[in-house]
This record gives sequence, C-alpha cells and structure tokens, in this order.
Amino acid sequence: MQWFNIILQGVLIGGLYAMFAAGLSLIFGVMRLVNIAHGDLIVLAAYIALVVTQELALNPLTSLLLVAPAMAIIGYALQRGLLNRTLGDDLLPPLLVTFGLSIIIQNGLLQLFTADSRKLQAGPIEVEAFPLMPGVWIGILPLIQFIVAVTVIAGLQMLFYRTALGRAFRATSDDQSTAQLMGLDTRHVFAVAMALSLAVIAIAGVFLAIRANFDPAIGPARLIFGFEAVIIGGLGSMWGTLAGGIILGVSQAIGAQIDPGWQLLAGHIMFLAVLAVRPQGLFPKVSG
Amino acid sequence: MSRVEHATLSSSVGIALIGVTLLVLAFAPYWGDRQTLRLLAEIFTFVALASLWNLLAGYAGLVSVGQQAYVGLGGYLLFMLTIFLDVHPIAAIASAGLIGALVAIPVAGLIFRLRGAYFAIGTWVVAEVFRLLASQISVLGGGSGISLPVSVVLAMAPTRQMREFETYWLALALTVIVLGAIVALLRSRHGLALTAIRDNELAAQSNGIDVGRTKLFVYVLTAFGTSMIGALIFLQKLRISPDTAFSVNDWTAFVIFITVIGGIGRIEGPIIGTIIFFVLRQTLSDLGSLYLLMMGAVAIVVMLWAPKGLWGLIAERFNWQALPLRRHLVLKKETAGKP
Repeated sequence: MQWFNIILQGVLIGGLYAMFAAGLSLIFGVMRLVNIAHGDLIVLAAYIALVVTQELALNPLTSLLLVAPAMAIIGYALQRGLLNRTLGDDLLPPLLVTFGLSIIIQNGLLQLFTADSRKLQAGPIEVEAFPLMPGVWIGILPLIQFIVAVTVIAGLQMLFYRTALGRAFRATSDDQSTAQLMGLDTRHVFAVAMALSLAVIAIAGVFLAIRANFDPAIGPARLIFGFEAVIIGGLGSMWGTLAGGIILGVSQAIGAQIDPGWQLLAGHIMFLAVLAVRPQGLFPKVSG
Repeated sequence: MSRVEHATLSSSVGIALIGVTLLVLAFAPYWGDRQTLRLLAEIFTFVALASLWNLLAGYAGLVSVGQQAYVGLGGYLLFMLTIFLDVHPIAAIASAGLIGALVAIPVAGLIFRLRGAYFAIGTWVVAEVFRLLASQISVLGGGSGISLPVSVVLAMAPTRQMREFETYWLALALTVIVLGAIVALLRSRHGLALTAIRDNELAAQSNGIDVGRTKLFVYVLTAFGTSMIGALIFLQKLRISPDTAFSVNDWTAFVIFITVIGGIGRIEGPIIGTIIFFVLRQTLSDLGSLYLLMMGAVAIVVMLWAPKGLWGLIAERFNWQALPLRRHLVLKKETAGKP
C-alpha cells in the first residue's frame, strides 16, 4: 500500500513535468528550436504570478487569467524581436541566444527579487485531501494540477490536429518554404507557437510555485525535467510527453523513497536508461 | 609545382608575438606578485577551457553545455588519486585526463543518440548525474565538499612560494600543451576534416569524411583536456565541493561567452575572448549579478550581429591569422630545364 501511494504521488507530480515538457515539445515541433531558457521562463512566470497575487490580492490560480496572457505576449514579442533572427540551418545561434537569455533572466530575477525563496499561497486548498482507500490520500491541489496537465495536453493535441492554426503549425514544421509559398507568414506562425508555449509555461510556473519554494536559480533543473520527459515519451508526441512526465515523476518518487539523495538521480538514470535502450523514446510519433 | 602552405606574414608575426609573450609569462614569478600570478593562472585555465570548448562546438559542431562534467570529474579525480592512492599531484593531473577520456567513451555512446540542441541538454544531464553522484561520496565530504590534505599539498613543494610558482608554471605549461595539441590537430589531416565539418557537415560527409568517428574522437580528446584542466583548477583552489566542481555558470556559461565574444570556430577567438572577459571582470565585478546579465546580453548581440566574434571581424577585415592554420595554395612557375 505504501508503494502504491508513492507511485500515485509520482504520477500526480508527473503531470507538472508534462506541462514543463509540453511547451518545449511544442516549439521544437514547430520550429526545431530548443529553448535553453525554458526553465527560467517557468520561474519568470512564477515571479510574475507572485507580483500579481501580492498587488491585486488574487488567488494564484485566478492570477493565471493575467499571468498566462502576459507570458503569451512576452513569448510573441521574444520570438518576433529576437528568436526569429536566430532560426536557420546553423544550430549555434538559437542555442547560444537562448542560453544567453537564460543567464539574463536568472540574474535579472536575482537583481529584482534577491536569492530568497518564495512561495505562492493558495489558501486552505493547499492542504486539503480526500481518502482514495485506507492509507492512500489524494491531495486536492495535486489532483487539480494533474487534471489541468491532462487538459493542457489534450488541448494542444486538439489544436495541432483539429484547427487551422494547428494545420499552419504542422505545415511550417513539415516544410517551411512551401508553407510560405502557400501564403503562411512563418514569422507570425512561429511567434504564435512561442506565445502558446509561454502560456503553458505560465500554468506550469504557477503550479510549481504553489507546490514548493522557488528562487531565481531553479530554472535549469525544470528545463532538464521537461527535456527528460520529452525524450522519454518520444519526440513529437504530446501524449507520449505526458507519459514521459509521469514516468519521470514515478522514478523520482521511488528514488526518493529509497534514499532522499536519490530522488533526482533516479529520474536522470531513468532518462539515460531509456536513451540507451530506446533512443526514439517510448511513444514516438508514427511517421508518415 | 604548386604546394599547400599554412604560413602567412600575419601568422609569422603572430608566432613571434606569441613566442615573446610566452617568454615573458614564463618569467612571471620573477616580475609579478602573488596576486598577479594567481590571476594569470586563472586566465590560462580559462584560455584552455574555452579553446577546448571551441574545438568541440566551433569545429566539430558538438555544442555541449555540460563540459562542467569533465571539469568536476577531473577535480574529484585529483582529490581521490592524491588522497587515497598517494599519487603525486602532477601525475594525478595526467591520470585525471586519461580517466576522463575513458569515461567520455561510454558517455558519448549514450548522448550521441541525441541530435543538435537535444545533444546540448543531454550533456547537461550527464553533468548533473556526475554532480549528484559526487555528493553521494561521503569519504569526499558528500555535498559539502573537502579540502586537499596538508600532506598532499606539502608533497608538491615544501614552501608556499615554491608551490605557488609550481602551480603557476603548471598552469602555463598545461595551457600551452592544450593549445599546441589543438593547433597540431587542426594542421593535420583530421584538422582538415574538422574544418570541413565546421563549414558544411553534409558536404564533408559526401567527400568521404567519417563524420561520426571524427566527432567521437574530438569529444574524447576534449574530455581528456578538460579533465586535466579541471584537476589543475582544483589543485589551485585546494578545496572541492559538488556545486563548485560541476558549476554550469563557471565552467560552461563563462566559457561559452568567452568563445562567442572572441570568435567561435577560430583558434584565436578564445584567447581574445578570455582577455576581454577578464578585463570586464576586473572592472565590472562589483556589479555582481548585473555583470552576468550584461555578459549574457553582449553574447546575444555578438551572436546575432557578429556571429564570428571579434577575432572574426578582425580576421576578415585584414585577412590576419595569428597561427599558421589556414591552407592556401602557392603556385610556382615550372622552371624550364628541370626534369
């Protein structure tokens, strides 16, 4: 029963990792860009939410109504103003520019908010839980977080395969120049994809900030979790990313149970094991 | 008869200048105070680290953000070898390089499955695994780290001054060896292959270059050099902890900024970049995190508007090269009467 509980909690936290991963996977799918600043943007969203909740006395979850659009605007501007210039055949510019961006966000946040740990207060909902069966309790907040994660993944999947925007995403992803010939403004399409990615980041950032303490330096580790979830799940598959997040969450939970020092290590080892045995990931997109 | 030459006038001047500079630097213990020596030794290690990263990313196209894995590994190997096996520190540095290269082979086997930018993050995961493993080794202080025992320090040289001179010369010698090895590599057949890969991977492959093997070779070689430099860095610091040994800021962010600002894909770039980096650091370090923020911004600006870096601008404007690396064809008229 104890192990069932551990695995269950791992699954619930896996939803959060899947949200870290979804934004990363989305922009890689559309424009082959790997955003090294992804984790730092998650932390940036958490700080924006911190300011919004403090200034307007809002509940963190309600604050998302402001934080998500704000992050989306930042994403659109970032892509149009900076990142579109880096795209091309050369791998280095996008990597190094987003790496520079990561350092700028970390140190900018450090300058503004100091290195102190912060946390978002979501009120009594934080500690509420209900018994699933004797000895197994499910927290309301982790459950909401997991449901939101599944909804986000399902929403992105729908958007990709059922809407005109999704068609534009897939078209630019398949062949940028042909998409342009068909009248798509790829610069705009890329910027919309980045806006969407950062809106997902906002959701992930707020849940992260309610769940645990955060400070300006925790971004890179979130990038790594998101990245591991993407690779474990298989590139290009949204549901695979969810599965990847869950597998990572469960591995970490089991590792932590064995020895607290093994929590992160167990996640990394799981990732390396998948890479060794099945480098295309567990649920890669069926090509064709 | 025509032949291929490397040297140009600028490279001859460059070699002469480098020779004089090295001579002056070799005698630094006679003209510099303790602080100058320490600063110079630190500069040397950054020149070496940046040159190695440049070889990896600039030439082989393997953009790693996880070279701190080998800096830290080298550092920890130095501590392990000297503390547990009584190896002399200098021998420990060389062994750290060898072991680092051996470790790099299976690591490459895993992370070479990732392409491009995913490779970059994969290298970072490896560095994190190394850091977490290092903090599990309780005999080496676990998460809080350990100092190099006095007996090991005394084994190097009996007096403090002699030891500082020795570490300084060691840093200079190691950096010259690393740079010399890179220059020798680039002038060799492998270097031609590497330069071809740098300029166009597909074209290089279709001209018969085994791109995969060349990349593996460069990755392992870079791990060798980086582990040695890592061991040297922590011989200078005399103390190691997982967070300092595997710091992504110190051993990767700075190194990337240095290389990008100086000029990626050119041997002179990291040297120019390191000089700029240290001038900025000596003048702006009071600004703390604002200074790092500015470094990030400068690197972005350089990457977007001068992607070949400062040395790239100079080299193209004046057609200079400080070291005889570029190949050019020298056409000679056939002299009549010669068989």
